[in-house]
Amino acid sequence: MIVNSLLVLMMVAVLSLARTRNLFAVIVLSGIYSFLMATLMVALDAVDVAMTEAAVGAGISTVLLLGALHLCKSEEARPAHRPWLPLALSGATAALLIYGAMGLPDFADPNAPIHQHVAPRYLQNEVDVPNVVTAVLASFRGYDTLGETVVVFTAGAGIIALLRRRKHKPEGKGRDGE
Amino acid sequence: MSSGGVLEHFTYIVTVFLMVAGLYVVIARGNLIKKLVGLSVFQTSVYLLYIAPGKLIGGTAPILSPHYTVYSNPLPHVLILTAIVVGVATLALGLALAVRIKETYGSIEEDEITAADNAVQDAEDARS
Repeated sequence: MIVNSLLVLMMVAVLSLARTRNLFAVIVLSGIYSFLMATLMVALDAVDVAMTEAAVGAGISTVLLLGALHLCKSEEARPAHRPWLPLALSGATAALLIYGAMGLPDFADPNAPIHQHVAPRYLQNEVDVPNVVTAVLASFRGYDTLGETVVVFTAGAGIIALLRRRKHKPEGKGRDGE
Repeated sequence: MSSGGVLEHFTYIVTVFLMVAGLYVVIARGNLIKKLVGLSVFQTSVYLLYIAPGKLIGGTAPILSPHYTVYSNPLPHVLILTAIVVGVATLALGLALAVRIKETYGSIEEDEITAADNAVQDAEDARS
């Protein structure tokens, strides 16, 4: 029940986000959307994901977007033509994806394949860490986290290369990237 | 395996809706910051697509305790933890590109950037 009402709220947030042309309102709405998503993750028992989404998705993303908005104009231009082609494309994609989603197992079905395959083994507490997510993240899938830090490092290096203060540009405002 | 109708799949249908809304914003809107917000909505809906199947009614968060026996599936949580951090890294890089485009072109509207590019091209053609 709480899951469904959160989902409806998220749909409302995304719809108003797509319609608004004031970019500040868009960013605030995307922050609201991220916090709703974090709440939904708590309702879906994914507490670690909820904490990360609230801190990183709703916090750092919003700060980054506001920082970029400070350097750009805060009003979106009126679209030059009616967006029929994107609407048609999105509608076709939605129809295809919903057709596929109806073939998925029911929501919270205990006999779904996802609960039968490797999950029981991960829940056996083989590495003596009570939080299974931490155990899997650090012990079983440590290379994933290594790859993730490589991606974050590359992104940070790219941002520094892009936004480094240039001498010959009097207008170029340097900005801290991360 | 699958037997239910729309109500049993409501989570997935909303996930698809959020995903397509993000896709629509990315395609239809010309403003680069709006595009990036749409991209992050798309990304976030993918988190939901992964987490929702791991939920079990009556289950609890996957932190082992003698008081509970039913836990949600921990594996999607781990994958999505990685995806969230990577998503923010890509968002930051995209915003840095938008700021550089603003410095060079004086605009972050796709139409105006294309128009400026075309004007430069026309001037070069006229000179040669």
